[in-house]
Amino acid sequence: MEALDLARWQFGITTVYHFLFVPLTIGLSVIVAALQTAWHRTGKHQYLQATKFFGKLFLINFAMGVVTGIVQEFQFGMNWSEYSRFVGDVFGAPLAMEALLAFFLESTFIGLWIFGWDKLPRRVHLACIWIVAIGTNLSAYFILAANAWMRHPVGFEVNEETGRAQLTDIWAVLSNDQAWSTYLHVVAGAFITAGLFVVAVSAFKLLRSRYYGDSGTPGDVPHRSEHDLFRATLRTGMVVTALAGALAAFSGHHQAQLMAEYEPMKTASAEALWDGEEGAGFSLFAVGDIEDGRNHVNIQIPKLLSFLATNDVNGEVAGINDVQRDLAAEHPGNGEVDYRPNIAVLYWAFRVMIGFGLAGVALSVAGLWLTRGSRMPDRPWMYRLAILGLPAALTANICGWILTEMGRQPWVVVGELLTAAGVSPGVGLGSVAFTLTGFTLLYGVLAVVEAGLLWRYVKAGPSHVVPNKEDGADDSDDSDGADTAVPAFVY
Amino acid sequence: MDLALVWFIAIAVLWIGYFVLEGFDFGVGTLLPFIGRSNTDRRVMINSIGPVWDGNEVWLITAGGAMFAAFPAWYASVFSGFYLPLFFILVALIVRGVAFEYRGKVDTDHWRAAWDKAIFFGSTVPAVLWGVAFANIIRGVPMDADHIVTAGLFDLLNPYALLGGATTLLLFTLHGAVFLSLKTDGAVRHRARAAVRTLAVATVPTATGFLLWTQLAYGTAWTWPVAATAAAALVAGVALAGRGREGWSFTATAVTIGAVSILLFGALFPNVLPSTTDPANSLTIANASSAEYTLTVVSWVGLVFLPVVIGYQAWSYWVFRKRVTPQQIEPAPAYGGVGTSG
Ligand code: HDD
Ligand code: HEM
Ligand code: HEM
Repeated sequence: MEALDLARWQFGITTVYHFLFVPLTIGLSVIVAALQTAWHRTGKHQYLQATKFFGKLFLINFAMGVVTGIVQEFQFGMNWSEYSRFVGDVFGAPLAMEALLAFFLESTFIGLWIFGWDKLPRRVHLACIWIVAIGTNLSAYFILAANAWMRHPVGFEVNEETGRAQLTDIWAVLSNDQAWSTYLHVVAGAFITAGLFVVAVSAFKLLRSRYYGDSGTPGDVPHRSEHDLFRATLRTGMVVTALAGALAAFSGHHQAQLMAEYEPMKTASAEALWDGEEGAGFSLFAVGDIEDGRNHVNIQIPKLLSFLATNDVNGEVAGINDVQRDLAAEHPGNGEVDYRPNIAVLYWAFRVMIGFGLAGVALSVAGLWLTRGSRMPDRPWMYRLAILGLPAALTANICGWILTEMGRQPWVVVGELLTAAGVSPGVGLGSVAFTLTGFTLLYGVLAVVEAGLLWRYVKAGPSHVVPNKEDGADDSDDSDGADTAVPAFVY
Repeated sequence: MDLALVWFIAIAVLWIGYFVLEGFDFGVGTLLPFIGRSNTDRRVMINSIGPVWDGNEVWLITAGGAMFAAFPAWYASVFSGFYLPLFFILVALIVRGVAFEYRGKVDTDHWRAAWDKAIFFGSTVPAVLWGVAFANIIRGVPMDADHIVTAGLFDLLNPYALLGGATTLLLFTLHGAVFLSLKTDGAVRHRARAAVRTLAVATVPTATGFLLWTQLAYGTAWTWPVAATAAAALVAGVALAGRGREGWSFTATAVTIGAVSILLFGALFPNVLPSTTDPANSLTIANASSAEYTLTVVSWVGLVFLPVVIGYQAWSYWVFRKRVTPQQIEPAPAYGGVGTSG
């Protein structure tokens, strides 16, 4: 065990954890903004309830996204000082831009939104949540541009004298095809996740109101008008997920092409494709022998891999053994390096991403069909299944990142810097072990707290955030005066 | 003037912004158990910083990002060299941020008491550790020719650094007390004003000691007036608070913190991290900076967007300019499960 291994675990754990909250923030900020816009336009009480209800859940999530992000910002310097020294010149620029252009927007306007309900004119208050939504998406672009650069470094040269990468063209970094392609794919994944979050919450409330009647504890059972509200949000979530699903498939296809072009080893490993092939099939299930470099069993869909990777059913895809040979020849200075990432992990991560992600999308498409007109599914298991869409989407996101990041190994910057050369030389095993344990324990506790809070708020329902209207009350009188009757979001 | 120097100044400005702004919300957190005797008091205190603390914290993130972009070697050596203190700062900032958001979300005393502790420790620990870290940066750390810091945790706990930690804690707490007397009303305001007087007794001598030590050991000619301004503003801040001139008093404590930071960066110049092993190993503005092109890019971005940021942050302070009063705090909700607002 070396400090390097623990530093990698620490990066992996803290980043995956950060990314549990990130997709929800990206998607929910837009959904909440849209709900508030609907309220602003129509004045319907139902939309106000939905805005505040999902707004609370959004804020509970947002807080965790913010605090875990700070760790990410510092971690490059703490655990990866040599990496930082090498790339800072290039990588630091998008990071600094992210802070200046995006984080200030998000954090200032979220404060205005939370505390501004009765202090700001309605229109301005609505603008605040939209600005938050824009800020989260901007921040995603900059950080993904930095990350994409590590997979496909452009716009730089290595200074012979200092041995450091130097930026030569910022536009090349920001318009890197890997950057916008990754952005589209990640945002698609984020909207799938946020959509399925809304679906899961709505399905849970509908399940309760339809099958568990008034028997629960007070506050747990939705009011009748809430039934309509959650039917509406259920369908909204499904529409969002279905649209984002289409984008995920298209952008995923593009990602696969870039991957084959820039990181052939990753493509080959993710497919357990040992030797190059034309018209390669997409493997569905394989059992192989990594020592020997071959598969015992491999069930495939013919030609699909070639299509995914090259847009041509007969295109050529390189195999693991070929790429290993090429890389060894290209980088003689590195000596004997095994350029193969963890093949079993990549292979399964790729399949779980596509499988679980698209299963969630399929669920939403089916749900839209089942709820067409004014129909509602009449079997409890259907609602239960809808709730499972959320964990499936989160798993798909994590597996996507595991594919991307572990597939890049042993490089930290592809073709330029090995991960092993990027770690902080001055930080000992004991220190990393200590912080790794600390973060893991802290994150574990916070996960329980946050899940518990979400649970409570979902159970309590929207009437707890904004009282239900009396039966038969007229929606249209929900004018400005109503604001003062509504409790603001205060601590 | 060359761009590396401009960025040294820009980074100083970002840290000053961070200390002046987050300084008072750290102070409010540190004072929470002392001034906030009832739940209503504590909510008044938390609400006074509620809308702005996150925006204040982004000054830190931006300072970090700017160091990464403009001085990668500085970022790399400082952040890996101060590994454990930074870890404790991060843990503190995490529990504190979550605490602000989650404290009111469940309506039981037990729950609130736990998060109140998180706010107290989460504010106090970084208030001390930033002083310790910066004092060590001025003083220098053992560092080899590859700029790898070899200091252990105990190397960082020297008398000068501890005095630095005491100074930032006291200054931030005083700044927070003045802020509370400016921004709240009722019992909290009353107690905050008393706290300013009590804190002044410890803060004035400690800070003056630290200023003198820094100036004599590391300062140069032009930092004398800066140190003097810091001391004068501190005394003025206390005096003005005593007269009930809260706005001016807050301005004065802000100037104090700003001047202390300028002194620190002035004392550091032209190094960014001196080496105590061998002065030849020191990181300087010249040998730690990025290349010209990167600096030009970030300069344009900073030049265009920093004023915009300052503009909308100022606007948000203006939106929340009114005092927070106990009357605005709603009673705890009837249903005990979930706190709508409590
Ligand atoms: C695809 C999007 C994405 C990715 C890959 C990352 N983040 Fe993130 N980050 C966000 C999207 C995001 C966000 C949506 O903008 C967050 C999440 C919740 C939030 O409040 O903003 C955020 C918050 C957030 C914050 C707190 C901002 C604040 O105080 O308002 C910091 C400092 C970082 N992130 C830094 C990082 C770093 C250094 C990453 C790389 C390892 C990283 N994030 C990965
Ligand atoms: C938010 C989504 C992300 C997730 C879930 C993620 C996940 C991971 C994982 C699992 C590892 C460990 C890989 C291994 O050691 O085998 C890793 C490593 C790493 N990632 Fe990411 N990553 C994400 C985004 C980013 C971004 C945006 C950046 C840079 C801007 C980045 C930079 C790195 C670096 C520098 C490492 C180095 C450690 C290593 O290679 O082992 N990651 N990441
Ligand atoms: C047809 C379906 C899909 C295909 C072909 C596909 C393809 C890919 C590929 C090739 C990568 C690796 C990119 C690289 O390392 O350069 C990737 C990454 C990723 N995928 Fe997918 N994907 C699909 C569906 C999904 C779904 C449904 C989700 C989420 C719900 C998702 C989430 C992610 C994430 C978060 C990443 C990491 C970021 C990135 O590198 O883009 N993917 N995907």
